[in-house]
Amino acid sequence: MSVRKLLAVIAGVTTLATGVTAQQTLQINGAGATFPNPIYSKWFSEYNKLHPNVQINYQSLGSGAGIRQLTNQTVFFGATDGPMTADQLLAAPGKVLHFPTVLGAVVPVYNIPGVTTPLKFTGALLADIFLGKVTKWNDPAITKVNPGVNLPGTDITVAHRSDGSGTTYIFMDFLAKLSPEWKQKVGVATAVNWPTGVGGKGNEGVSGLVSQTPGSIGYVELIYALQNKVSYGSVQNMAGEFVTASVEAVSLAAAEAAKSMPADFRVSITNAPGKGVYPISSFTWLLLYENPKDKAQAKAMVDFVKWALSEGQKFAPDLGYAPLPESVVKLEIAALSKIKVS
Amino acid sequence: MRGRDLGFRLGTGAFALVLIVIVVAIGVELTRQSMLSIQKFGLTFWQTTTWDPVAGDFGALPFIWGTLYSSVLALLLAAPVSLGIAVFISELCPAAFKQPLIFLTELLAAIPSIVYGLWGIFVLVPAVRQLQVLTPDWLRQVPLFSGPPLGVGMLSAGLILAVMVIPFTSSVAREVLRSVPVSQREGAYALGATRFEAIRAALFYARTGIIGAIMLGFGRALGETMAVTMVIGNTPRISTSLYAPQYTMAAVLANEFTEADTELYTHALIEIGLVLFIITLIINVLSRMLIWSMARSAKPRTQPAARPAAAVA
Repeated sequence: MSVRKLLAVIAGVTTLATGVTAQQTLQINGAGATFPNPIYSKWFSEYNKLHPNVQINYQSLGSGAGIRQLTNQTVFFGATDGPMTADQLLAAPGKVLHFPTVLGAVVPVYNIPGVTTPLKFTGALLADIFLGKVTKWNDPAITKVNPGVNLPGTDITVAHRSDGSGTTYIFMDFLAKLSPEWKQKVGVATAVNWPTGVGGKGNEGVSGLVSQTPGSIGYVELIYALQNKVSYGSVQNMAGEFVTASVEAVSLAAAEAAKSMPADFRVSITNAPGKGVYPISSFTWLLLYENPKDKAQAKAMVDFVKWALSEGQKFAPDLGYAPLPESVVKLEIAALSKIKVS
Repeated sequence: MRGRDLGFRLGTGAFALVLIVIVVAIGVELTRQSMLSIQKFGLTFWQTTTWDPVAGDFGALPFIWGTLYSSVLALLLAAPVSLGIAVFISELCPAAFKQPLIFLTELLAAIPSIVYGLWGIFVLVPAVRQLQVLTPDWLRQVPLFSGPPLGVGMLSAGLILAVMVIPFTSSVAREVLRSVPVSQREGAYALGATRFEAIRAALFYARTGIIGAIMLGFGRALGETMAVTMVIGNTPRISTSLYAPQYTMAAVLANEFTEADTELYTHALIEIGLVLFIITLIINVLSRMLIWSMARSAKPRTQPAARPAAAVA
């Protein structure tokens, strides 16, 4: 090889190298739900390893804040645990699309000294406890569904979230479906006017209250119950079975819902029909504009969502989320093509 | 020279003006951002007890009650302790322990409130629950101690606030006591006063500054958020019981603002901020008036003396 050729090669390599480093890193900002924050953080960092030129920043401010910031266009994407309402969709300056990313479950946790058998709950019973109508652990309403369990006559202390939360929304959504009184008196929202009980801040606040207070009952995301080793009960599903929350039972709920999935994916899967389904399950959604202003970001984001729906799903079970069923992923990939990237 | 003097005066004057502008701007902005709620509820916002985000019905009374109750409780618990610390350090402490003690009180002030909150959840709340369990039945009949043993509640909030307020109040009170001229104490001793009487004279001399120190602590207790929300139980229900879970204005803002999804809800929350702002303002004005009236009544006897203490306040 002549010197001249060598120099040319070196020159070529250096231009290539500078070309790569000069290529700009694409920053994409999002904000929203705290519930999926652990898996979103994992996804964004893993995706950044694969695509160093795409950096996605996510602020877990809460679903309400995510929707507000998306509407004000201060972030590129939002994230929420409860689908946007019709009013909220109208308030947005462009058409917003929902994309389910993973599934989560909410479990009733309790602390009754001396009781080791896992308790069973029906939706109506949970509603009556949280309404303050069932106040003792040996109330006939509880002993009826838990035959053979020796329950003490102590007072029930209800623990709930004090902060607005998607976890609360999912739990309320379930209670309202099973109890007309709940629907009428309390309603469904991320924060409600609690008829009884004490409030703890965050999942850790509620699980802390429950683990420290004998005779208490609360609700937390599945992963917190597992991590904190609090007892959690099984819940009766639409088919009449008492199901203990697990990643599989939650995915089953989604598979049932996929059969009649609306085109905009705004669907509640609490109290879903089918066998083996865990009834207090929910999707969590990413929110994207159908026609975003910044096309480079739009393209990168669509690529990311495709990755999250396929490769990304394998990170879900370790973090306590249920992966999406195949059928839902297929529908979403089709819906992603609606986003205008050019 | 005179030109520079004038420039200096104008410059510092402008900075002082910034302070006024900021306070007014906060008031205006809070009012503007809570207009929907002000128009809908008017003065009933201050009087009603329902807080229902689903129905869009908002009243601030339980939060006002909880804020004042927890702050007054903290004040009652913290003021004697802070004064004791201040008197001991400035008057009685052996020289070798003085600096370490000052360092420790200042260390307490530097701990972030979230750390106090965690300590509250894991140490204070179980201890308070134990205390509640041990409360004899006859005492439980008293409204002040009624309710189930939850641990979280007003007593925990008051205690944690007291611990957080003590370093501020005691540091300022200590400085105030230090500014009492030596001649005052020497005079007292010269008249044959005992040590206790001399200290009492110094305390009397510094009283406006000490009231100022206590009010500084009260102001801090009013606005404290994280630690309180972690131990108070977050229940918007008015109760006189120390054992009952309650709620404060700062806590409900921290808890619910991020998820507030309707416009009226956001405006109602901002109005809570406005209410807190107004109440803080009123309390500050009242404490200033108290200090003024004390300073004025003391004037004929100790006119030049009242000044250093009042300056610290």
